[in-house]
Amino acid sequence: MGAGSAGTAAIHGGRRLLLEVKNLAVAYGGVQAVKGIDFCITRGELVCLIGANGAGKTTTLKALCGLVPTAHGSVHYQQHSITNHPTHEIVRRGMVLVPEGRGIFSRLSVAENLAMGAYTRNDHAAIKSETDYIHSLFPRLYERRHQKAGTLSGGEQQMLALGRAILAKPQLLLLDEPSMGLAPLMVSKIFETIRHIAGQGMTILLVEQNAKLALEISHRGYVMESGLITLHDTASNLSTNPRVRHAYLGE
Amino acid sequence: MVVGALLAALPFLVDLGLGRSWVRVLNFTLLYIMLALGLNIVVGYAGLLDLGYVAFYAVGAYCYALLASPHFGLHLPFWVILPIGALVAGLFGVLLGTPTLRLRGDYLAVVTLGFGEIIRIFLNNLNAPINITNGPQGINLIDPFYVGGVSLNQAHTIAGIAIPGSYNIYYLFLLLTLLVIFISMRLQNSRIGRAWVAIREDEVAAEAMGINTRNIKLLAFAIGASFGGVSGGLFAGLQGFVSPESFNLLESIMILCMIVLGGMGHIPGVILGAVLLTVLPEALRYIGDLQRYLFGSVLVDPSDLRMLLFGLALIIMMIFRPAGLWPSRQRSRELSDAK
Repeated sequence: MGAGSAGTAAIHGGRRLLLEVKNLAVAYGGVQAVKGIDFCITRGELVCLIGANGAGKTTTLKALCGLVPTAHGSVHYQQHSITNHPTHEIVRRGMVLVPEGRGIFSRLSVAENLAMGAYTRNDHAAIKSETDYIHSLFPRLYERRHQKAGTLSGGEQQMLALGRAILAKPQLLLLDEPSMGLAPLMVSKIFETIRHIAGQGMTILLVEQNAKLALEISHRGYVMESGLITLHDTASNLSTNPRVRHAYLGE
Repeated sequence: MVVGALLAALPFLVDLGLGRSWVRVLNFTLLYIMLALGLNIVVGYAGLLDLGYVAFYAVGAYCYALLASPHFGLHLPFWVILPIGALVAGLFGVLLGTPTLRLRGDYLAVVTLGFGEIIRIFLNNLNAPINITNGPQGINLIDPFYVGGVSLNQAHTIAGIAIPGSYNIYYLFLLLTLLVIFISMRLQNSRIGRAWVAIREDEVAAEAMGINTRNIKLLAFAIGASFGGVSGGLFAGLQGFVSPESFNLLESIMILCMIVLGGMGHIPGVILGAVLLTVLPEALRYIGDLQRYLFGSVLVDPSDLRMLLFGLALIIMMIFRPAGLWPSRQRSRELSDAK
């Protein structure tokens, strides 16, 4: 275990704490996928959760937003417990997931997909201006707004998934493997955008297998191995940590 | 305006051209349009395959039969019973929806099919120990539609023109059909309609967008079922008699075929499907007369021919127009994508 939750809180101060996870465990039937983890995120941070296949990263994200039930432990968001709350409520509170494999509505148009992102809102003027902002962030989405989303390339679909999530007006954006299945050039473009969004003050929890890239843009990182968090440090310390370098950075 | 005038004059025209029995066919067509549009909400909009839809039709019909017949000695007017029927059927929709929330596709189809059968078997057997449904004999002598002591099922003379009962019923059904079409259209372009599309596309992503997938799916079942309940009530009032055998699996499949044939999720398509599948079997009856005229005797029984042609039509359609005869633009995109 790296620093415990008490230590983390001391580093970042309790006041700006946005998400606090204590002893979270998730089981699929008899298999424990997440075995009691602690972590926290403060406002404005970009935190990454890295680890190999099957370490429990995606399960952790799903448990945070209520898509899978937790076995024990608690999730506090904005000082309120949201443990095992239904997903739609959690989304309304501003915690928005970009699911693994993007989860776009492939047979709806790009514009319709973006509109679905704003499902929980009815401030039409703000939605309009934020849609324009998404278009400025990803001009490609504007060009293809009438096209069926399924015909977009993988990278464009990831842009769409990101844009759609931003339209839900998140306080905390959860990104599940945004680099998955993308060409290297597209990966760096997506990560550039994530860094840009974070630079504008968005709090982001990034789950990634591509540890090198994730650590490059993050402030802090957690390393997950077979259901447990085994390391926690600032991103720059992690990327020079011999264990991380050996296990995840290919050295 | 033109359409309105045409719809108003339709029973007169049909009567003149084809005979009185066709006005009755016209009424059944309207009934099936309502049923098909109800099932369209569940199957077409929300993408939940329901093979037990006829159960809600049965619930509506029995609601009417029990509340307006000598069976319990109750004689409520139809405008009171129809909303009750819609509500009760809607409750049954939720009852069916709740245990099936986690099911999709084939599994959902099997459970809904079972539900349809359960309702029918209940209706068949609820004559003991307390006689509620009168069992397989069904309920007889159901009140016709009364408005202020005037029966709509009988002929009346208004301003010197004799209006037969079937005409009155046509206008009543037309009014309700238009209402059902209007509600369907409004739903399609609403937040709820968009949520249904999202659930049909990708349920997890829909949930991640903040859609309460449980309630939205239950709502689809409830609204679809309540349309079925209204149609059922109208059926009971029209026939004056209901029995469990009217509500078998074949009926569910027929309604589903109307949607599939016409174009799932597209209101004009669904209406077209309902019209074709109600009118064509009636029209095919004339094949018998034609055979007698041509060959002197009936060589192929028209009712056999009906099933043959019906099957053939569905196969041809699957090959050439998989999205239905009149699909929505989006639905044809979906199907061309699936290839």
